[in-house]
Amino acid sequence: MAQGIKDRVAIIGMGCSQFGERWDVGTTDLAAEAFDEALLDSGIERSAIDAAWYGSGLDFINVGNSAIPASTALRLDGKPVTRLENMCATGTEALRGAAYAVAAGAVDIALAIGVEKLKDTGYGGLPPTYKGTFNDQWLPPMSAPGGFAQLATGYAARYDLPAADLKRALAHVSWKSHENGMLAPKAHIHKRLTMDQIINAPMIAEPLGLFDCCGVSDGAAAAIVTTPEIARALGHKDFVTIKGIQLSMSSGRESTMTDWDGSYVPNTRNAARRAYEEAGIDNPREQLSLIEVHDCFSITELVTMEDLGVAKDGRAVFDVLDGKFDRGGKIPCQIDGGLKCFGHPIAASGLRMAYEVYTQLLGRAGERQLPSPSLGLTHNLGGVPYLGVAAVGVFGLHS
Amino acid sequence: MATHSNSMMGITGFGAYIPRLRLPRELIVAANKWMSPTVRAKGVKAFCSWDEDCVTMSVEAARSALHGCEHPIESLLLASTTMPNSDLQHSMIVATVLDLPTDIRTSDRGFSQRAGTSALLDAMQSDVSALVVAADQPLAKPASPQELSYGAGAAAFTIGEGGVIARLVGAASLAAPLIDHFRPAGSDYDYVWEERWVREEGYLKLVPVAVEAALAQASIGIDDIHHFVLGAATAGVGPLVAKKLGFQGTIVDPLRERCGFTGVTEPLLGLAAALEAAKPGERILLLGFGQGCDALVIETTEELAGYRPQRGLDAALADGFDTDSYLRMLSFQGTLTPDWGMRGEKDVRTALTETYRSVDQIWKFHAGRCEACGTIQFPQLAYCVECQASSRQFTPVPLADRDGDVLTYTADWLTYYQAPPLYAGFVQFGDDARLLMEIVDVRPNQIAQGLKVRMVFRVKDRDPLRGWTRYFWKATPVAAASEAA
Repeated sequence: MAQGIKDRVAIIGMGCSQFGERWDVGTTDLAAEAFDEALLDSGIERSAIDAAWYGSGLDFINVGNSAIPASTALRLDGKPVTRLENMCATGTEALRGAAYAVAAGAVDIALAIGVEKLKDTGYGGLPPTYKGTFNDQWLPPMSAPGGFAQLATGYAARYDLPAADLKRALAHVSWKSHENGMLAPKAHIHKRLTMDQIINAPMIAEPLGLFDCCGVSDGAAAAIVTTPEIARALGHKDFVTIKGIQLSMSSGRESTMTDWDGSYVPNTRNAARRAYEEAGIDNPREQLSLIEVHDCFSITELVTMEDLGVAKDGRAVFDVLDGKFDRGGKIPCQIDGGLKCFGHPIAASGLRMAYEVYTQLLGRAGERQLPSPSLGLTHNLGGVPYLGVAAVGVFGLHS
Repeated sequence: MATHSNSMMGITGFGAYIPRLRLPRELIVAANKWMSPTVRAKGVKAFCSWDEDCVTMSVEAARSALHGCEHPIESLLLASTTMPNSDLQHSMIVATVLDLPTDIRTSDRGFSQRAGTSALLDAMQSDVSALVVAADQPLAKPASPQELSYGAGAAAFTIGEGGVIARLVGAASLAAPLIDHFRPAGSDYDYVWEERWVREEGYLKLVPVAVEAALAQASIGIDDIHHFVLGAATAGVGPLVAKKLGFQGTIVDPLRERCGFTGVTEPLLGLAAALEAAKPGERILLLGFGQGCDALVIETTEELAGYRPQRGLDAALADGFDTDSYLRMLSFQGTLTPDWGMRGEKDVRTALTETYRSVDQIWKFHAGRCEACGTIQFPQLAYCVECQASSRQFTPVPLADRDGDVLTYTADWLTYYQAPPLYAGFVQFGDDARLLMEIVDVRPNQIAQGLKVRMVFRVKDRDPLRGWTRYFWKATPVAAASEAA
């Protein structure tokens, strides 16, 4: 019976590029920025990497498909390199691949890297994507904000929430992240906003306004993983281990059958439940020190609080407005500003979240350092709430 | 002239469709005032939304005509002069969408403003049951008189043996080289000759010849006609021709003020109006004009008293709302192309192999019921979404005629869409199926959870590179648009 990979995979190095409108670099240079930092942090040579998992969201920009561009860009000669993509959950998916190879004993040291050069599209917001020859014939051509904005209808209806109250809670989510982002040098956006500015911003997909939506930016993040034994042999003393990584995919139930009411993301609940089980967490509200969630849109973050079990169903609006997830709250959410301030280079985001948790756990977060965090969670969503993938990772100091 | 056959076929039902979108003519007049300061115009014209065309309008009119039809349909004649393709059978598309039997005889008609009356005449003189549909969206140059008078619409008639509400009792046709207007292949606009000549040498001289022949064949005189229908692009000719003939009954209103000239559809909408007003045992003189004339003498039967169209002309006219932008109309009809930005560059290439494979789901809008567990689902993939049984044992569940409720929604201002914002959300069909749908013809503040919607056949998108029109079904509010804010 499989036991999961709790404490069987150590992260010995991580890197994260400067996120933003990186007009100065293309995909390969962005990858190098994150890779270089991870190598330095880990103390190993490039040649010690046995295998790599390279995440890339969009084929029509970046470097194209297959892993060949990645092995070329990173000069991994003759090594197994896998290119993978699971929409916006790609970053966590890359880490999962590398972690499983190590946990399985197939390799000693593996690299996970996610890179996205979104600003080569030439316009704001995620580009429209193909849904396949069949689906393109019938699916409405909604943007990403359109897909997620529908959570507002379902949530407000289920909990009988006046539109203005929901809008205020959503604004607080974004406000809080902007405050946090001021202390994260690698974030794209360093700008404070007022609640008024957020509430009255131009509409993108009702009820989401401009500041309810994360921006589009360039970025890369990377992790080097190995076994705890090898980590110690390499001289790492206090290191972060993966306590659990779990994914959940839609099979079509939410969008085809009648039971889902539109107010939550079933995939997040599934992935979180299994990740908590793997990590040995039975009381997330008490045990989690910090969470980095997929705040592509403010409504997503709000609903995610309930889906992760850190807010009771129907209570997220109140908890948010009470400041429970603010920097000084019970469980700081997006302590680095989240997707809201980093933007969302698709393949990089999941690893950028892990980078922040890693940095906090090791006490290296400078001005935004939380007091003695022990367990951190990342939550990474791909697709849309009703047809997508949720990836949840739990990290802690090696025990 | 034509001889009248002993056909037992007659009209058994009808339906009409006028696009919901209406533009007050005063907005056109105001916009063009800088060059035409003395023009005046009243009323509204109907215009196709960006996602409508003659195929979609035909489907909507035909659905209404087929509602309650008790006889089979052995042939489908589709008349139009503004179909989207020059070589692609649109009657095949309509027949397939309506799920008519595949051994049906399909035929596209066109090339003349009397293509609708000619098609109806052919069907009523033949010995097979038929569905006759006329649809047109005549296009006109900005600031032309035609721009003010042209509208859009479709009409459909079922022709069969049982339950006949109106029968053909006389007919005649005349072919004449009087070219009142023409539109060459590949051109968007008509070239129209002088109105005075068209009226005096055309309508006033040619129509009476066909009328006299038709009346003679029916062995009646003009005084035996109760309702007079003349389809005419030229304004005001109906009463003039009627007067010349000595007609003293009801001249059916040509719908100028509420809709506009609807091309080949015009006489057939007039027929629908006459049938909605007529009593049993009355006679309708139906006239089509275009390089000659068709004259049909149609007599209503006792069955007419018990017949109500599901959606006739009155209902079609009432189901509309005024829009507020002349530029929107120009954009929707393709006369003007706004800058949609880079998002509009996405390639929408369609694999015609996939179109053919997925006709049942995409054109016919069939969900599937898993016979192993009863779950009704759209789309139908390889396995049941609930019990994973093979979809080979699914049975089809048509969704087109079902109403739904909006479960979730948004108004998407970011995405590329030709009628922003894109309203989309989950439509829940009772306790059964649900799917994500585009919701169209939505008034401001109308969208809400629980809004009742019905299904309409629309253009999904057009491929600007290759010219392919993709179709699918969309949701639209059931409530008459006039009730909304």
